[in-house]
Amino acid sequence: MSNVLLEMRHITKEFSGVKALDDVNLTVKEGEIHALCGENGAGKSTLMNVLSGVYPYGTYLGEILLDGKECKFHDIKASESQGIVIIHQELALSPYLSIAENVFIGNEQTKVSGVIDWNRTRAHSADLLKKVGLEHENVNTRIMDIGVGKQQLVEIAKALSKKVKLLILDEPTAALNDEESDKLLVLLKKLQSEGITSIMISHKLNEISRIANVITVIRDGKMIETIERGEEPVNEDRIIKGMVGRELVNRYPDRERNIGEVVFEVKNWNVYHPLESNRKVINNVNLNVRKGEVVGLAGLMGAGRTELAMSIFGRSYGQKITGSIFKDGKEINVHTITHAVDNGLAYVTEDRKTYGLILIDDVKRNMTLSSLGSFSNKYGVLNKNEEILAAEEYKRKINVKANSIEQVVGSLSGGNQQKVVLAKWILTHPDILILDEPTRGIDVGAKYEIYCVINQLVAEGKSIIIISSEMPEILGMADRVYVVNEGEIAGELSKQEATQESIMKCIMSHQKEVK
Amino acid sequence: MAVNELKSKKSLLTGINLRQYGMMIALIVIFVLFSVATHGTLFFPDNFNNLIMQNSYVVILACGMLLCILTGNVDLSVGSVVAFVGAVSATLMVDYKLPVWLAIVAGFAIGGLVGCWQGFFIAYVRIPAFIVTLADMLIFRGLTMVVLKGQTKGPLSDGFRQIAAGYMPTWFVKTAAGIRYDLISLFLGVAAAVIIIFMELRARRVKRKYNFFVTPAIQSIIKVIVIIAVANIFTYKLSRSSGLPIVLSILIVLIIVYSFITQNTVAGRHVYALGGNAKAAQLSGINTAKVMFFVYFSMGIMCAVAGIVLASRNGAATPKAGDSFELDAIASCYIGGASTTGGVGTVIGAVVGALIMGVLNMGMSLLGWSVDWQKVIKGAVLLGAVSVDLVSKRRSGN
Repeated sequence: MSNVLLEMRHITKEFSGVKALDDVNLTVKEGEIHALCGENGAGKSTLMNVLSGVYPYGTYLGEILLDGKECKFHDIKASESQGIVIIHQELALSPYLSIAENVFIGNEQTKVSGVIDWNRTRAHSADLLKKVGLEHENVNTRIMDIGVGKQQLVEIAKALSKKVKLLILDEPTAALNDEESDKLLVLLKKLQSEGITSIMISHKLNEISRIANVITVIRDGKMIETIERGEEPVNEDRIIKGMVGRELVNRYPDRERNIGEVVFEVKNWNVYHPLESNRKVINNVNLNVRKGEVVGLAGLMGAGRTELAMSIFGRSYGQKITGSIFKDGKEINVHTITHAVDNGLAYVTEDRKTYGLILIDDVKRNMTLSSLGSFSNKYGVLNKNEEILAAEEYKRKINVKANSIEQVVGSLSGGNQQKVVLAKWILTHPDILILDEPTRGIDVGAKYEIYCVINQLVAEGKSIIIISSEMPEILGMADRVYVVNEGEIAGELSKQEATQESIMKCIMSHQKEVK
Repeated sequence: MAVNELKSKKSLLTGINLRQYGMMIALIVIFVLFSVATHGTLFFPDNFNNLIMQNSYVVILACGMLLCILTGNVDLSVGSVVAFVGAVSATLMVDYKLPVWLAIVAGFAIGGLVGCWQGFFIAYVRIPAFIVTLADMLIFRGLTMVVLKGQTKGPLSDGFRQIAAGYMPTWFVKTAAGIRYDLISLFLGVAAAVIIIFMELRARRVKRKYNFFVTPAIQSIIKVIVIIAVANIFTYKLSRSSGLPIVLSILIVLIIVYSFITQNTVAGRHVYALGGNAKAAQLSGINTAKVMFFVYFSMGIMCAVAGIVLASRNGAATPKAGDSFELDAIASCYIGGASTTGGVGTVIGAVVGALIMGVLNMGMSLLGWSVDWQKVIKGAVLLGAVSVDLVSKRRSGN
């Protein structure tokens, strides 16, 4: 148990003169689950990329010892042959291929050289699926037809097929709901008991304190501290202090609550699936939002919250939509996104890279994209100077860390990308903002800043609907919570009533009702 | 120390789009190389005239094609549509004795209709543009044959031929040495210089008013001098040939209009946004189907312009007209720095790309290289230009 498996010594990695890693030491013992914590851009992923050979030997300083022997990996293949397997946040699966094919991708089971042995491929992958708790899946199912949670498990099966000794997981639960995350953590524990060592990068501190034996905190490319877990779980506040270098007294900044009249109402809202026209996705939803209020939509992943939000926002999801939407007591027409924006609605998407930003474009042009009308004359000719002024103003106001407003957004960190999306919608001067997972994959410091922006918007009299899979976030931010389950409103809870338990109870009792 | 150096370097180069200037420099280098290789023949006034005349349709089509490429698509049908427009206009004039202006209107109407037809299938039925335009490439080539019954339709009237073969009013004077100059060409060159200087000064003044960073004066001065020099070499050479071609004025108007649309209007910004990330653009409130429709509509109109110019230059409509024009237009955009995945590219870049191909064509012809080898060289240039572009982008990305 106490054998040292991996030692990384004095690792320094520079990107065009900027030190991403500065003399980092990392020691991982055999059979432990080692967590790496740090804000976005702290250098966690860079360190793992050095270890797995994504950055080949020679592009960094320092040495890597595996089982006491020095390793000089020139590519990922080299590290994999030593039993080091990395599972990236963006899964490396091919959606149209079957589970079995994906498990052995790049490592195909062959009879004669180059000819695939399908029987062995299917039999072996079935064995591996059993090990990761997917014994009920058909190995011929296409990857795109199973959920993200199961895909993550297929990735682990793929790693197991490579005789993994050291498994590296980069944000493995970022896209999973609580139940799926739980399953994954249990699996990691089980693999640990079978002698597989893991390194896990995660922002979710509760998960880390639950399963990690050792926690290493990295900040600004430097190793801050290594915390060994004793009998008691590690205190989350201590990790946060290490990560941000200061104490965050309150993870959710306080605000003065000044809640007014009902300004926005959705009545009898029904939506059908965009492809399957007889599958009802949203069933008779009624909800309202008051001026200056933050309303939370809580629920498990797949409960229909995003579908609800998108169908309200200019019918950008679903078909055969019925129901009505009222703003300030008057019914409004929001049949298209343009109508929705004109009526003061804004929707910050869940997946900022795919749906929120034009990654190859710069900060300025992304910020003004939805409000170009206010930067142009009646003939549609742009006033680029006004545009620059506005972009500069919001870059300053909500603290977007970019070299200039001309920096390409694809090169910004997740937190700053999210701020650009927020700025884009704030520039449309909306009255009601729907924020879908506004802090997903963002570090603690940037999260706090985004909460401050939300508070400021509310103080200006705007209303906010926030969707989040992190229950503490809903509880910390919302004045009132709607619990969504199976496309229906399962319950409404006031701030006083809402707790993790009461929300879960609401979901459970609704699930029984539906069945 | 190192950081300071980096900063000072940066401030000298701020605001310079190296990629675009790179292609312009390449154009000038190629031009100079061929001028030397042909012992100055390329530099003859008549060759400046020919350069414009021979490449006008590629430049016209490249303007429209750039928008298609910005959306991440291409239009393979332009060669066929160009031929079809020419065929119909010519038939109307020759067989039905329609006046020239009416035939031109008919040509535009056909171009517009074809654009709507393509836009409908691409934007609203959502068939990939590659397939729609591939189908239309066959359809309109076939229809051209049907309209012309497989034969050349001509000759066309002198009035119609003036469009591509005609010149603006001239006022020739002879110097003591016996060289003829067109004063109007020279005058327009100087007028352009004045306008360019005025616009640059105005841009700097506005920037200062807004308290923005103003690029060093020396940068502005060099830029303006280079542009004015190039423009005036052209007008000077043309003044010694036959004056300014009418086609040149069409080209200049189109380049200015398309540059303005792409750089300074909401519509242009929407095209870039659509190409950069269609889903994000849609969720930002952009009617992406409408944008796509108008991009192909504009391409249809450009096909009409090119079709009329081509028929006018040939003095007839031929079944094979416009063959492989689409490839020249697409190649021009890519050589000019447009991205195959959409969202990146400029009109000026595409025009420079078209001129690079034009200069290569002419230079190689003057050197007596066979058409077969010209194709090989042009292909290699396309491959080379895009490789250099991608590799340099990857470097700067890391």
